[in-house]
Amino acid sequence: MPVNYYIFVSIALFCIGVIGVLTRRNAIIVFMCIELMLNAVNLLLVAFSKTHQVVNTVTGANPGIDAQIFVFFIMVVAAAEVSVGLAIIVMMYRNTHSVDINFLNRLKH
Amino acid sequence: MSQLVFLVPLFPLLGFLINGLLRNQLSKSATGFIGSGAILASFIVSVMLFLDVKAGKTGVVTLFDFISFGNIHIPFAFQVDQLSSLFLLIITGVGFLIHLYSTAYMHEEAPPHFARYFSYLNLFVFSMLLLVLGANYVIMFIGWEGVGLCSYLLIGFWFKNNEFNNAAKKAFVMNRIGDLGFLLAIFYLLAKVGTVNFSEVFAHAPELSVATVTIITLLLFVGATGKSAQIPLYTWLPDAMAGPTPVSALIHAATMVTAGIYMIARSNILYTMAPVSQSVVAIVGLVTAVLAATIALKQNDIKKVLAYSTVSQLGYMFLGLGAGAYTGAVFHVMTHAFFKALLFLGAGSVIHAMHHEQDIRNMGGLRKYLPVTHITFLLGCIAIAGIPPFSGFFSKDEILAAAYETNKIYWVIGVITAGMTAFYMFRLYATTFLGKFRGTPEQEHHLHESPAAMTIPLVILAILAVAGGWIGIPEVFMKDGHWLEHFLTPVFAASYKLKEVHAADHSTEYMLMAVSVGLAVIAIAYAVNRFSKKPDLQEAGGIGKVLANKWYVDELYDTIIVKPLNGLGKVLDNIIEKSGIDWLVNGVGKGVQYGSRQLRLLQSGQVGSYVLLMIAGMIILFVLQFFLKK
Repeated sequence: MPVNYYIFVSIALFCIGVIGVLTRRNAIIVFMCIELMLNAVNLLLVAFSKTHQVVNTVTGANPGIDAQIFVFFIMVVAAAEVSVGLAIIVMMYRNTHSVDINFLNRLKH
Repeated sequence: MSQLVFLVPLFPLLGFLINGLLRNQLSKSATGFIGSGAILASFIVSVMLFLDVKAGKTGVVTLFDFISFGNIHIPFAFQVDQLSSLFLLIITGVGFLIHLYSTAYMHEEAPPHFARYFSYLNLFVFSMLLLVLGANYVIMFIGWEGVGLCSYLLIGFWFKNNEFNNAAKKAFVMNRIGDLGFLLAIFYLLAKVGTVNFSEVFAHAPELSVATVTIITLLLFVGATGKSAQIPLYTWLPDAMAGPTPVSALIHAATMVTAGIYMIARSNILYTMAPVSQSVVAIVGLVTAVLAATIALKQNDIKKVLAYSTVSQLGYMFLGLGAGAYTGAVFHVMTHAFFKALLFLGAGSVIHAMHHEQDIRNMGGLRKYLPVTHITFLLGCIAIAGIPPFSGFFSKDEILAAAYETNKIYWVIGVITAGMTAFYMFRLYATTFLGKFRGTPEQEHHLHESPAAMTIPLVILAILAVAGGWIGIPEVFMKDGHWLEHFLTPVFAASYKLKEVHAADHSTEYMLMAVSVGLAVIAIAYAVNRFSKKPDLQEAGGIGKVLANKWYVDELYDTIIVKPLNGLGKVLDNIIEKSGIDWLVNGVGKGVQYGSRQLRLLQSGQVGSYVLLMIAGMIILFVLQFFLKK
C-alpha cells in the first residue's frame, strides 16, 4: 500500500483535531481532539518508518525500529499528560461547576 | 628656581578652592586673609622668578604631556622669560593690592558671598597667570577662556539685578566671538606648522608664506579685539562696570584686557612678518582710541568715564603694536595697570564714601572730605594725561614716536586723542573733587575717608603711577635710560632683526613731546577752569547727545544683530521647536499609546483565540516557505 493513503488519513485526523480544538467549548472534547492530533502524528511516524525501513537497511542502521520506539514514548508521555489534563479538568469543574473553556478567561488578568 | 614656576598659578588656585568650598564655614577675615595671601605668595614667587630672569635664566618648564595624538604633542609647559615675568609682576602685584582693597570695599557682603567674591577673584588671577605663563597657544587659550568665564561671574556678581546679569552675558558673548577667532588661529597653526609651542612656531615662522601668516595673525587679532575690547567688540567693557569696583580695576588694569596685548606682543615675529595685519592692528587701535575718547567726553558715570578711557588706552597699545613698538605697548600696559588701577580704586573709594552714588553730577567738592583719595586720584589723572615726569608720559610718548615713524597721520590722531584724554580725565576730576558739594545733605553727613585697607593700596599705586615710567626713560633724556627696552630685547629681537625700527632724531622727538605735552596741558587747564566752577549738569544736546549715547553703537548692534537674532530665535522656538520637534516627540508617544491599546485587545484570555492565532500563524509560515525556498 502506498504511503500516500496513510498521509491522507493522518492529515484528515489532524485537521479534525484542529477544528475540534478551535470550535468546541467543552474542555473534555477539546482534550480528546488534542489526543486525536497526537495520534495523527503517531500514525504518520509509523507509516514512514515502515516505508523507509527497507531502503535504509543497506547502511546497516535500522531507522524504522527507532521511529516505532519513538511512537511508544509518545504514547507513554501522552498517557501521563492525559492523567494531568484530566486532573486539571476535574479541579476546574470543582471550582466553577463547568467545563466550558470560554468561561475560563482569567489568563487575561 | 624656574622649576618652581608652577607655584605662581598654584597659590591662587588653592585660594579659589579653599574659599569656594568652605564659603559657608570661613569667617570674613579668614576669607580675606586667604584670598589676599594667595596672591601675595604668588607675588613673592614672581619677584624671585623675575630676579632669576634678570640674571639671564630663562626657559621652558614642562610639567606633563597635555595632549598627544599623531604627530602633535602639546605639553603643559610654562614659559619663563622676560615678557612673562614682567606680566607676572604686574598681575600679582596690582592684583594683590586690589585684593587688599576688596577686603574693605566688600565688607557689607554676607560671609558666603564675600567668600564667593574672593574665590572668583582668585580664579581670575589664576586664569590670567595661566594665560601669561603658557608656553604654547593651547595653554594660553585655557587661561584665555578662564578669564572670560571669571569676568562673567564677577560682572554678574550681584546676580539679583537683571541688568547686571545682562551686562555679564554681553561680556561673555562678545568674548566668545573673539575666542572663536583665536581658536581658528590655533587650528590653522596646527594645520600649517603642526605645533603650537611658541618657540617652535616662531622658529618655523620664516618658512611660512606671507598670506598664511596674515591669516593667522588676523584671526589672532580677532581674539584680541574680543578680550581687549577693540572695535567692533568693545561694547562689553563699559557695561562691565556692573561688577563691584575692584573687579573693574582688576579687569581693566591688571588682567583680562591686557591679554590681547600680551598675545600680540608674544607673537610679535608673526605680526612683523605680516605688514597687512600690522596696519589692521594699528588702524583698529587708533579708531578705537579716538572713538572711545570722544564717548568719554560726555559720560557722567564716574566708572563709565574710566571704562571708556580704558578702551581708548587699549587702542593706544594696539597702535603701538601695529607700529612695531612692542616694547612701548608692553610699557604702556604696565604704566596703564598702575594708573588705571589707581583711578578705579579711587573711584571705588568715592563710590564707597557716597553710598553707591556713581553720577558725578551729584558729587563735587570731595577734596575736603576725601584727602587721600583726592591726592592719589589727581596723581592718577596727571599720569594718564601724559605730563612728564609721570609714568603715562613715557609710555605714551614712546608709542606716539613709533606712530610718527610709521605714518604721520597716526601720530596726529594719536596726539589729538591724548589731548581728549587729558580733557575728559580732568573734567572728571574737577567735577568730582572741585567746586561745591551737590549731593543730598544726608550724603554729605556720611562722607568719610575710606579705611586704611583701601587707602594703602591707593598710596602704593600712586607712587607707582608717578615713578613707574622711570624704567623707560627715552634716549634723548638719558643715555641707556630705557632699561625696559634693554630688558625685553631678547623677546623682540627676531622682530627687530626683520624690521629695523628707526628712532627719530632728537630734535624731532623733542618736538613731538612738546606738542603732545602742550596739548595735554592746555586741555587740562581748560577742563579744570571750566568744570570746577560750573560743571555741566544739563543733559547734552546736539553732537554731545550723540557722544553721551556712545555714538548709538549699542543701539546699532541691538538693531542689526541682537533683534534679528531674537526674532530668529522666536521663529525657531514657535515653528521648529513647538510644531516640529515637539509634534514629532509627542507623536511618537501618542502612536505607541494608541498601538498598545489596540494590541491589548488581542489578549482576550480565551484559549481558543490564542490557538486560532497560533494556527493562523503556522499556516502563514507554511505558505510563506513555498515562496522563500527558491
